[in-house]
Amino acid sequence: MPKLSPTMEEGQISRWVKNEGEAFEANETLAEVDTDKATMEMTALSGGTLLKILKGAGDTAALGEAIAIIGQKGEDISALLSESSSNGSAKKAEPTEPVVVESPAEKEQPAPQAETRAVASVPVKEDAPKSNGRMIVSPIAARMAADNGIDLRSIAGSGPQGRIIKRDIEEALADGGKARPAAASKPFTPSTIVGASPFRDENTSKIRQVIASRLAESIGPIPTFYLTVEIEMDNLLATRKQINANLDDDSKISVNDIIVKAAAMSLLKHPWVNASYQDKHVRFYEQADIGVAVAIDEGLITPVVRGANLKGLSEISAEIKDLAAKAKAKKLQPEEYTGATFSISNLGMMGIKEFTAIINPPEAAIIAIGGANPTPVVRDGQITVRSIMNVTMSCDHRAIDGATGAKFLQTFKQMLESPAMMLL
Amino acid sequence: MTVLTIRDALNQALREEIIRDENVFVMGEEVAEYDGAYKVTRGLWKEFGDKRVVDTPITELGFAAVGVGAAMAGLRPVIEFMTWNFSILAADQIINHAAKMLYMSGGQFKVPIVFRGPNGSAYQVSSQHSQALEAFYANFPGLKVVMPSTAADAKGLLKSSIRDDNPVLFLEQERMYGLKGEVPEDDDFTIPLGVADIKREGTDCTIVARSMTVPLAMQAAEKMKEEFDVSVEVIDPRTIKPLDVDTIVNSVKKTNRLVIAEESHYFASVGAEISHTVMEHAFDYLDAPVKRISTAEAPNPYAKNLEALALPDVDKIVAAVKEVCYL
Repeated sequence: MPKLSPTMEEGQISRWVKNEGEAFEANETLAEVDTDKATMEMTALSGGTLLKILKGAGDTAALGEAIAIIGQKGEDISALLSESSSNGSAKKAEPTEPVVVESPAEKEQPAPQAETRAVASVPVKEDAPKSNGRMIVSPIAARMAADNGIDLRSIAGSGPQGRIIKRDIEEALADGGKARPAAASKPFTPSTIVGASPFRDENTSKIRQVIASRLAESIGPIPTFYLTVEIEMDNLLATRKQINANLDDDSKISVNDIIVKAAAMSLLKHPWVNASYQDKHVRFYEQADIGVAVAIDEGLITPVVRGANLKGLSEISAEIKDLAAKAKAKKLQPEEYTGATFSISNLGMMGIKEFTAIINPPEAAIIAIGGANPTPVVRDGQITVRSIMNVTMSCDHRAIDGATGAKFLQTFKQMLESPAMMLL
Repeated sequence: MTVLTIRDALNQALREEIIRDENVFVMGEEVAEYDGAYKVTRGLWKEFGDKRVVDTPITELGFAAVGVGAAMAGLRPVIEFMTWNFSILAADQIINHAAKMLYMSGGQFKVPIVFRGPNGSAYQVSSQHSQALEAFYANFPGLKVVMPSTAADAKGLLKSSIRDDNPVLFLEQERMYGLKGEVPEDDDFTIPLGVADIKREGTDCTIVARSMTVPLAMQAAEKMKEEFDVSVEVIDPRTIKPLDVDTIVNSVKKTNRLVIAEESHYFASVGAEISHTVMEHAFDYLDAPVKRISTAEAPNPYAKNLEALALPDVDKIVAAVKEVCYL
């Protein structure tokens, strides 16, 4: 069972389009599968013969479970049959994973690919949509692809029925164009984080279940509490100044970029905050995918910086600029604004001193960043002026207890007040 | 430059041509003593008298025939139809005589005649009085078809039409007679037939519009700029036949997307012709199927709300542009 939607864990065979013994070409639809989101077509990457159907229409299979055996006509599959019946794994039976074709209903949500993106002249998208195996390309797109030596099979069409249109070629050219000269001039090497964070689920302990249900009864489905901390920003502002002195105007990093990085690094030290309460278990994420709230004309959207804990400031900064621009142009893809593990909302630049933000479920927490203002403080018995920034974290009490949240904020505060901590 | 309504720009063109060439005369129902049903001929009868501005009975076939005969005899008639809907009664004279005479006489008789009047819908004049007939007439070899959308175009094109040695059908729009625009003061100002005008330059999508749909296309272009940052080019062919294919094709080669907005019905319309022409000459440049906005496939309704639904409007054009831009 291939992964046909970003969130599916199992799929139900809706129907087999090909029968046992039937031969098929590359890109032909083998079966239709009901995922958690939509009915998707499962198509073949290469030609072959459908030798044996292991899961018939109506049967459900977990991701990776064998649903059929494909190969050459007349091939001996007895060994594979006994293997799949004993352990349910058909990995060997399908030497190549089927290419996933998205049905129109699902086309807004391409499945995130979890492999390293090839830095070739033109980026390769794995899920090139085809309509009944026939590639649809607008004439100008075909011409541009030919002129620029782009393999149309590497392009995912964004037009109706997956039609490859001018915009898709332009984007491919832009991506390709970026990849080549960028290696020399960009102040960072792009990391290889592409997909959403991997995670592990731990069964919910009895005590957590009781805490969760009691608190939910008291305050609503997400029992939220708030923790506020004052953070002295002077060191950070000075550090930022030093960094920016060596960067050209387009690459300068913002305070918010540093906050994202600090939050991401703090999250890795406090797994309960980088988590999601899901009734029977608590889901712990292995990387910090930070949702950054961006105001747009229609309201608010939170594009996600994947694996911010592993990325450098320049990369985070460039990514946020890119995502914010896409958000304002309404060009964000669903996988770019869903599935964060933690969110940050910053109204500091709008003159807000302190506020509380609403948790974006199923995340366990969000931090609300106020502005850094010169404030009289007492240091060593003396009144002095420091840039103080107030940060309030909204916590889902089902996952995070007061002390857990407070410890996270301590780490976060420490990182911002002594930015060198982030080097560790 | 002076600012004139399309009505007055047409009036100026007629007046200047009557003065310039003694063979020019105007003929039609109510064009003389009543100053014209839509006042396009206002003041001309008073100024030039019965010989140059001639009232006719309600006999479209008859006065169209008199016009064709006069043109064959060497005059330059300008025949007004109170609306092009009434020209259907005179279609035999236009199609079988004016259009064919030069050919069938072996080149002996040219027919330098202009038929003019309002075409398309007005305000709630119902099915029989709301038709846009350009595709019907443009189908016949031997006829030129002109459709202005601004005061300057109206004046410059009407003067060229009167000076042309071929029968020219000059299709105005009642809803547009009051539209104002700058017009050069030069009394020899003409605009050649067969030359399109780029009313607005753009890079992302081309709208080809004519007559009433030109101002709608301009508004749609503005809306696309403001709301979607899409740069729309608006082209007004001005002359439907001969059609300025190059200007349209070059625009589509630049923008890769084409919407055609027209007031006539959809089937076998001028838009269909343009769409085919673009397919022929710019197929490899298209990024989306050509989209046409036309009047609904039904007799034009009388009821105000239904009439509004049937006709092209800014929102319909915007929706079409979004569609071809995949927005």
